[in-house]
Amino acid sequence: MSARDAILQRLRAAPRSQQAVAPDVSGFYAAERSLQPASTRAARIQLFCEKMAVWHAEVVRVTAGSWPVKLRELCAAKGVKSLLYGVQTTHAPALLAAGITGLIAYDRDADEWKKTLFESIDAGLTSTRGGIAETGTLIIWPDVHEPRLMSLLPPIHFALLDGGRIYDTLPDAISEQRWADGLPTNALLVSGPSKTADIQVTLAYGAHGPKELIVLLLVDEEELG
Amino acid sequence: MTTREMHFVPASEFKQRSAVAIGDEHLRKSFRAAMDFLIARRAVQFSEQEAFERQRRLAEQIRQYSLARLPELLEQLESKLTENGVHVHWAENAEQANRIIIDIAQRHSTRLMVKGKSMVSEEVELNHALAEAGIEALESDMGEYIVQLDGEKPSHIIMPAIHKTKLEIARLFAAKVPGAAYTESVDELIGIGRAVLREKFMNAEIGLSGVNFAVAETGTLCLVENEGNGRMCTTVPEVHIAITGIEKVVAKLEHVPPLFGLLTRSATGQAITTYFNLISGPRKAGEKDGPRELHLVLVDNGRTQAYRDQQLRATLQCIRCGACMNHCPVYTRIGGHAYGTTYPGPIGEIISPHLLGLAATHVLPTASSLCGACGEVCPVRIPIPELLIRLRGEAQHPVRPGRSPLLGQGAARSRLLDAVWSAWAALYTRPALYRAFSWLATRLRGLTPSAQAGWTLSRTPLKPESRTLHEQMAKRRP
Repeated sequence: MSARDAILQRLRAAPRSQQAVAPDVSGFYAAERSLQPASTRAARIQLFCEKMAVWHAEVVRVTAGSWPVKLRELCAAKGVKSLLYGVQTTHAPALLAAGITGLIAYDRDADEWKKTLFESIDAGLTSTRGGIAETGTLIIWPDVHEPRLMSLLPPIHFALLDGGRIYDTLPDAISEQRWADGLPTNALLVSGPSKTADIQVTLAYGAHGPKELIVLLLVDEEELG
Repeated sequence: MTTREMHFVPASEFKQRSAVAIGDEHLRKSFRAAMDFLIARRAVQFSEQEAFERQRRLAEQIRQYSLARLPELLEQLESKLTENGVHVHWAENAEQANRIIIDIAQRHSTRLMVKGKSMVSEEVELNHALAEAGIEALESDMGEYIVQLDGEKPSHIIMPAIHKTKLEIARLFAAKVPGAAYTESVDELIGIGRAVLREKFMNAEIGLSGVNFAVAETGTLCLVENEGNGRMCTTVPEVHIAITGIEKVVAKLEHVPPLFGLLTRSATGQAITTYFNLISGPRKAGEKDGPRELHLVLVDNGRTQAYRDQQLRATLQCIRCGACMNHCPVYTRIGGHAYGTTYPGPIGEIISPHLLGLAATHVLPTASSLCGACGEVCPVRIPIPELLIRLRGEAQHPVRPGRSPLLGQGAARSRLLDAVWSAWAALYTRPALYRAFSWLATRLRGLTPSAQAGWTLSRTPLKPESRTLHEQMAKRRP
């Protein structure tokens, strides 16, 4: 008998649990939410920024018109000489128009330029699918245009986040964006730069991934604050 | 066969090792400080007891529901993953798991395998098997990298190098990492590890990881981490192999957030980890990175033994947060290495007998004062103290009618102990014998030895009264 069949047979031979009622997860969260005041866009943005600060990430409030200029300034201030971006993205035209030097398109298989990706790129810019206020988290679904390594290899990760796509909680994001209907090969939640506390429980940033995470939060003019 | 072969130090020498650990003041201080830190961090996250109870009841229900449907969910997971282009393998024991992984590695002419944190790979002693096959396995979690560099095993499932101080790590790096200058700065030490490991990620043919949750409905493997090494191992090399216990599956994606939220807050007091990595397949046509081949190895290795018993099945609810060890007064005093098993502390005491057999591990369930802290903090409400008592019994007694024996059933049975209890039962069920015994015991009390083995190590000697209780009561009557 194959290992598979032997394992399944042993499991099936075991007594069935008396009660196996499906857990009511959405009911649970609805009840929990009823204990909280209704959330607003402003409150979600506020909480998201506070939590991101806890994770040592920087949040910069920008508008749909001003972010490329702000990004250029940030790159200059941080000495970024090479910035990885996805060519066929909605933000690419604005990025290209901003006159940022050292733009590098992620336009070929990683295998062809692995060493460059690992060693010679200062920063990466990615879009996001949304944010989570409760935990200060970015939702990133890498794809053909913005591959997985863009948010992992460069020491600085810039992420564009639409202020209107911040959800209260992870369960909210999962149900409203209908993740269960189809996930990409890789989906990510990112809460701050890479870190470790493995040496004497002392926190250190930049363990393996980015040392800095900078969120460009797209808000309305009056929300710039 | 009453035990399974293992390369960890034998659990049966637990008592000797604990005695040594207790005498190591430096080790005790390290663990006390680290556990106090983790306890305090967790407490901040669960400041409202009622809310915590609600959350963990839901989590318990999710885990019990998943286990109740385990065979169906495993089949669903397999078919979903297969649909997504993932190769699913099944292993009944450590040997089969290692064979599967070595075969994949050899097919890809692998010299270097980078590993993200995986307790199951420790459990099956994969590194040892790979080394014998001439394949280098490099741990890439900082803590795991540190203990591997020093030829050790992890002492905590979440913080593997918690027994080491910064200065020890500073000396270790200077001695063992080529070209590393001596530094006591944590940032610089992490920088050294980062540089070494980045080079390895780039060159490894295979990346190996564990799995925190496997979602049956979508065919998704979820990984929880802070460092990014898990993402490296699962993204950069051509081949990604994930290895996990068969119990890690949940039915629906919506079942993950409640467990994930409790896992990180229970483990390190973090509301969320830096990365939550959901992997549902290898690189698709057109994608520019990610592994071209993805494998999942589902490991039994004794879990079906726990599964077949309704009470012991609760052991498999575990989500490996480590809160039970952080709160265990025994673990805090002796540290993780004294246990000699992959999983130390209370969870190790209840899972190891299934993985390794009671013959090797019967002493572990006795390494508890039954204070109950482990059960109180468990985010999935595993009744750990009850399971400890049950396993103590199974180690002492032959199998009860109607039950199947556990591996190493009755291994701790002692003729002396059995004889003592038989004599006790005889005395207390025969009144004449009892009277004769108690009369003799009281009259001969002067002969009671003052040294009574373990009892008098820290207690005054036991001595019968001068008259039996019956005699004393008779005197009291008006």
